[in-house]
Amino acid sequence: MKNATPSQTIGPFFAYSLTSTKYGRRLLASNRIDSVSGTQIRVKGQVFDGDGEPVPDAMLEIWQADPEGRLAGANDGANIKFTGFARAATDQDGTFIFETVKPGRFHTSNDILQAPHISVIVFARGILTHLHTRIYFADETSNDNDPILAAIEDPNRRVTLIAVPDSDGNGYTNYRFNIRLQGEEETVFFQWS
Amino acid sequence: MTADNYPPDNAAGQPDNAAPTYRSTQKRAPSIPPVVVPATLGELSKPLFGHNNLTENDSDLTRQHNAKPQGERIIVAGRLLDEGLRPASGHLIEIWQTNAAGRYIHAADQHDAPLDPNFTGAGRTVTDADGWYRFTTVKPGAYPWGNHTNAWRPAHIHFSLFGPSFLSRLVTQMYFPADPLLALDPILQSVADATERARLISILDFDLTQPGWALGYRFDITLRGNNQTPTES
Ligand SMILES: [Fe+3]
Repeated sequence: MKNATPSQTIGPFFAYSLTSTKYGRRLLASNRIDSVSGTQIRVKGQVFDGDGEPVPDAMLEIWQADPEGRLAGANDGANIKFTGFARAATDQDGTFIFETVKPGRFHTSNDILQAPHISVIVFARGILTHLHTRIYFADETSNDNDPILAAIEDPNRRVTLIAVPDSDGNGYTNYRFNIRLQGEEETVFFQWS
Repeated sequence: MTADNYPPDNAAGQPDNAAPTYRSTQKRAPSIPPVVVPATLGELSKPLFGHNNLTENDSDLTRQHNAKPQGERIIVAGRLLDEGLRPASGHLIEIWQTNAAGRYIHAADQHDAPLDPNFTGAGRTVTDADGWYRFTTVKPGAYPWGNHTNAWRPAHIHFSLFGPSFLSRLVTQMYFPADPLLALDPILQSVADATERARLISILDFDLTQPGWALGYRFDITLRGNNQTPTES
């Protein structure tokens, strides 16, 4: 047995390798997840630091189920035509945008049905070990019975994981989801056991 | 993959995000401890990428332009293993680094050192059946940064890795042996345990070194997870 290799910060200069649109280099993953079915959604938000200043050098990665609740790369019932993965860097305003599809519901290992959600990893200069969080949707009543949201002891903090409807446009259903790394209204981060 | 594949001691050796000597952590480290929850299939399954169409030039950073880059050519190679010391095959590794003068091509890098028109500094590859990866590149340079007066990052290569699930995701940095800047670097020193810290420092390896051509550095990486089943294809 050996522990995992220690993590180190992604630093400020990852973009030409990992999110290289502006550098003319072929991307392995963009900020977009394509799907032949489901509701097209756009999740837009900003990342803020403990002073409320935008974080212009963060990278977010998302991972989600397809509209039927199937995961790519899962052992059972996988949808191998669906990548379920996207990454986006923040701009000078700390803004990121994901264009994807509303995820379906799937069970926990204890057979409890989860509300629709997107898993998120946050990387940035100044973050030594990346942070895990989730995006839920304000217009889903199943949030009330979601086992992961229920594990957050302070109900006032659950709201930090809820994307709120934004004005629609460009054929998308739009949501707003901000991430606050520290301080007032600090986003809930998870440690998966 | 089930939750049983992730040993409970996985956090040992990982840096704490609140690292006072690394200034950028001060306003970015969360102040509330994470909520500990059992992983679901979402966290335990593996994203898919378009990484099946990589070319040889993706892993040879000295051949991505018409001419050869400046600097000392090196080979960086190693094995990707899981916590049960099994080879992790078929996994994507992405790297980025400065050129030999210590300058990134990134638009925000203000360091007054020359760019090299023949060096981008980005590479990617996929581990083979035994978990091996291999890059050809040039040795990166040290560079100054604004953390404190006269702060210099030791030469390093950034590594980004995906393993068997979203939980095995790892971003780290590889350093070079016998560099006097290592002891002064708040980012490397954020790993509190000396034995764990030493795992980020590559080893000069004459089995990888090609006579008359390039020195070789060995850097093995362990990902979270303990895959009970034989290596996936
Ligand atoms: Fe760097």
